[in-house]
Amino acid sequence: MVNNHIVPNGPKPKSIFTARNIMLYGTLFVVAIYYILPLYVMIVTSLKGMPEIRLGNIFAPPLEVTFQPWVKAWSTACTGLNCDGLSRGFWNSVQILIPSVVLSIIIASVNGYALVNWKFKGSEVFFAVLLFGAFIPYQVMIYPIVILLREMGLMGSLWGLVLVHTVFGMPILTLLFRNYFSSVPEELFKAARIDGAGFWGIYFRIMLPMAVPIFVVAMILQVTGIWNDFLFGVIYTKPDIYPMTVQLNNIVNSVQGVKEYNVNMAATLLTGLVPLVLYFVSGKLFVRGIAAGAVKG
Amino acid sequence: MAQSMRPNTLLRNLNAKIAAMPMIITVLVIFVGCTIWTVVHSFTKSRMLPKLEFIGFDQYERLWGTSRWLISIENLFIYGICSLVLSLVIGFVLAALLDQKIRFENTLRSIILFPFALSFVVTGLIWQWILNPDLGIQSVVRDLGWTSFAFDPLYNPDIVIYGVLIAGIWQGSGLIMVLMLAGLRGIDEDIWNASRIDGIPKWKTYLFIVIPMMKPVFVTAIVLITSGIVKVYDLIVAQTNGGPGIASEVPAKYVMDSMFLKQNLGQGFAASTMMLLCVLIILIPYAYLEFGGKRNGK
Amino acid sequence: MTVMKSLLCAGALLTATCASATELEVTHWWTSGGEAAAVAEFAKAFDATGNTWVDGAIAGGGTTARPVIVSRIIGGDPMHATQFNHGRQAEELVEAGLMLDLTDIATAEGWADIIHPKGLLDSCTVDGKIYCVPVNIHSWQWIWLSHKAYKDAGAKVPTNWNEFVASAPALEAAGKVPLVVGQQGWQTSGAFGVINVAVGGVDLWKKINVDKSAEAAASPEMTKVFEAADAARKMSKNSKVGDWNLATAMVIKGEAGGQIMGDWAQGEFSVANQVAGKDYSCLPGLGVNEVISTGGDAFYFPKNKDPEITKAQKQLASVMLSKATQVAFNLKKGSLPVRGDIDISAANDCMKKGLKILADGGILPSGDQLLSADTTGQIEDLFVEFWNDPSMDIKTAQARYVKLIKLAD
Repeated sequence: MVNNHIVPNGPKPKSIFTARNIMLYGTLFVVAIYYILPLYVMIVTSLKGMPEIRLGNIFAPPLEVTFQPWVKAWSTACTGLNCDGLSRGFWNSVQILIPSVVLSIIIASVNGYALVNWKFKGSEVFFAVLLFGAFIPYQVMIYPIVILLREMGLMGSLWGLVLVHTVFGMPILTLLFRNYFSSVPEELFKAARIDGAGFWGIYFRIMLPMAVPIFVVAMILQVTGIWNDFLFGVIYTKPDIYPMTVQLNNIVNSVQGVKEYNVNMAATLLTGLVPLVLYFVSGKLFVRGIAAGAVKG
Repeated sequence: MAQSMRPNTLLRNLNAKIAAMPMIITVLVIFVGCTIWTVVHSFTKSRMLPKLEFIGFDQYERLWGTSRWLISIENLFIYGICSLVLSLVIGFVLAALLDQKIRFENTLRSIILFPFALSFVVTGLIWQWILNPDLGIQSVVRDLGWTSFAFDPLYNPDIVIYGVLIAGIWQGSGLIMVLMLAGLRGIDEDIWNASRIDGIPKWKTYLFIVIPMMKPVFVTAIVLITSGIVKVYDLIVAQTNGGPGIASEVPAKYVMDSMFLKQNLGQGFAASTMMLLCVLIILIPYAYLEFGGKRNGK
Repeated sequence: MTVMKSLLCAGALLTATCASATELEVTHWWTSGGEAAAVAEFAKAFDATGNTWVDGAIAGGGTTARPVIVSRIIGGDPMHATQFNHGRQAEELVEAGLMLDLTDIATAEGWADIIHPKGLLDSCTVDGKIYCVPVNIHSWQWIWLSHKAYKDAGAKVPTNWNEFVASAPALEAAGKVPLVVGQQGWQTSGAFGVINVAVGGVDLWKKINVDKSAEAAASPEMTKVFEAADAARKMSKNSKVGDWNLATAMVIKGEAGGQIMGDWAQGEFSVANQVAGKDYSCLPGLGVNEVISTGGDAFYFPKNKDPEITKAQKQLASVMLSKATQVAFNLKKGSLPVRGDIDISAANDCMKKGLKILADGGILPSGDQLLSADTTGQIEDLFVEFWNDPSMDIKTAQARYVKLIKLAD
């Protein structure tokens, strides 16, 4: 590993071709290849025509760039008799995503706040069981939830799915908010109490404005998780509101004679676009948010 | 008198209690209620529909006599231990490397983190493709002239689970790296300065000073990794579908297939109860340390 | 949507089309090229009655689709019609009263007289009432052979299983996979079933699958079947495909010599414009024991409170069985029609072979009708393991098979 070189204080040394730097950047370069290679293969393949895929190797850049696979994946790929590609699923995913993210974050932030500042009898026990819930395999609960949703009349509806996402996002999000709020100095809370502010007053006026970084982290985690969900989407909804991942599965698994790798890859990239863009745009905020609170256990 | 006392304790913190209602309901109805429901039904001979016809431990006997289940458990252990260790090691080493005041830090961090934005289904599909001997790495190396080169983990029953591991690490290690990086940035500069003055080698500082200080980060990371391991399902379905043969089956898939494919709910519930039990065995010592320890400390 | 439509209809003063136009959501897992073309025939015929077919295809085969179908029916928000393999898959849903009783329309249209073989309607019948519409007969008992592969290898296209085994080395020498088997449980156990009937004979098969005789499963005759299966797995050791239709594609392209697969494979050949007898051959019962197993697909209609929908559901049931639809659908699907009273002159070489065997009474009930999904699933697990693990010897495999048959229900 890195030698016992003494890192000098102050400005960096002029030469960058030291043994240390060559090793450091060399390692990082290899690592970067491992992470970036699959994305590269996906993009390159999605721009090739089928004949080229059959002949060439998967790492070669396209000889002839075509956007046809993207068009097909988005608007004309077939599943059974429906030939409208991913386009249907995109808006469904958005419709599922927005209420689920908002609802789950509101509930989790209030939970975290109540758990830290307004402890009541049994609140720690509830939290422990909730955290335990993060480890329960989903499969254990799929079936009883079908029955619960049926009794509530929400089976197959958008709100049923929103509820399921809210419930399963709760453990980790509550943990995040609880950890964050417990790092807020207690004096702030006490001072507000003396001023006569109540539960909601303190939440909205003091806690909420301070918690922006952790809200960003929670939002990124939830957007990714919910957007990428397949299991709940396919079981608790019906075809009119199938999310994009279900359409993706349908397209990738509907083989008509030959596997159209280019269309599959384009469809995969299209489905991953929302969370990918979010990460590349807000990566810095994410790291900052995590540094701000998520790491304090 | 007692009557006037009661509302008092109930009303105290009333707002907090109302606000926590969604959490309380979730805990009681979903995490406790549904779990009990599943455990109870694991002792029945429910087939396609849940029925309360109890048959004792028959489902469990059959479960442990099924080679597919045994392979699933073995796979989960191999995958779990490797994935936990590798994620932590890779995450930490990468974070330490990125923490060397290097150039392009933002770019590199984005590159390492981005797979986390992709779903397991996508991860499985793409790695299935790269590891496909007729299309991916093997064929490319062979085309370069090394014709005896063999790298087909997904088609070799003995190592297929490591093929899945490559994909799993690719997807999840970025998040761990970010957590570790955040933790490293939280370490006071003075500590580095002090150890430098004392002439302690850098690797020793990391191992014996920095890592112990980052305990909370490691705890969060371990929680995230292990909760993911127990649930591994999508990745297997997309990448290998349990194959070749049954060499890469995992417990979650056994549960799903029993419940819906074999239409034997009882068997599926028995398998999921065993999964639950495993989780409990791992979690109870942790919970004891975490919560029991704190209470003593305060 | 419904509100919109009723408003529109009110505006149009309830014209005849409006009154009966109902949207029915139909779930199925027919998404390969040939399958989708076949299902389109159903949709076309149903739309012609003035109703609308809303397609709810779920890709990934029954494995992906069935959880969705079952949980939606149990969850009280069912689709309006859904595919199952007829037999015992939907048994419990019927018993729980979740499916629509079709007896009245079945009696009115005389299904009992037109459906052939009778066993098909029996497997739709629970307590004397009819709950499903069989739409086709699919037989597993086929092997599909690529003429191109044999030509490339300089070998004669075999006419039975023994010749096929004998020609395998020639194919391997030419760099072909002699026998391609998709590595999914249902495919490997299906191939085993076919070998069982061909090598062990119909009686042995019936003893095991109908009477569930563990003795028959342990008999030396059955050991021979396992030996044949062992030979088969050796011939298929280089096949690395999963989906059945990708395996069929290898036969079409001449990369593989043959594939043991049900007659739905035929749809893929016709989509690829291949001609039976010229580009490919088919041997029923592996050319040894010529029988047709009468598995197949059926549609069930989950109960619905809306009388309009119930009416349309029955309309759909009747459309699926009508002569014209049966002909059009089955030609595309490559399966045999469920009516004995129609003439398919357009049928190709292979289908005609099948129809003739059917007419001669070479009928075998399908495993789906005899074994529960639970037993079927366990047998699938066994054979996918057997097929992929060369270290599992014949003795172990047979012993485990005997145990499963002993516990079968």
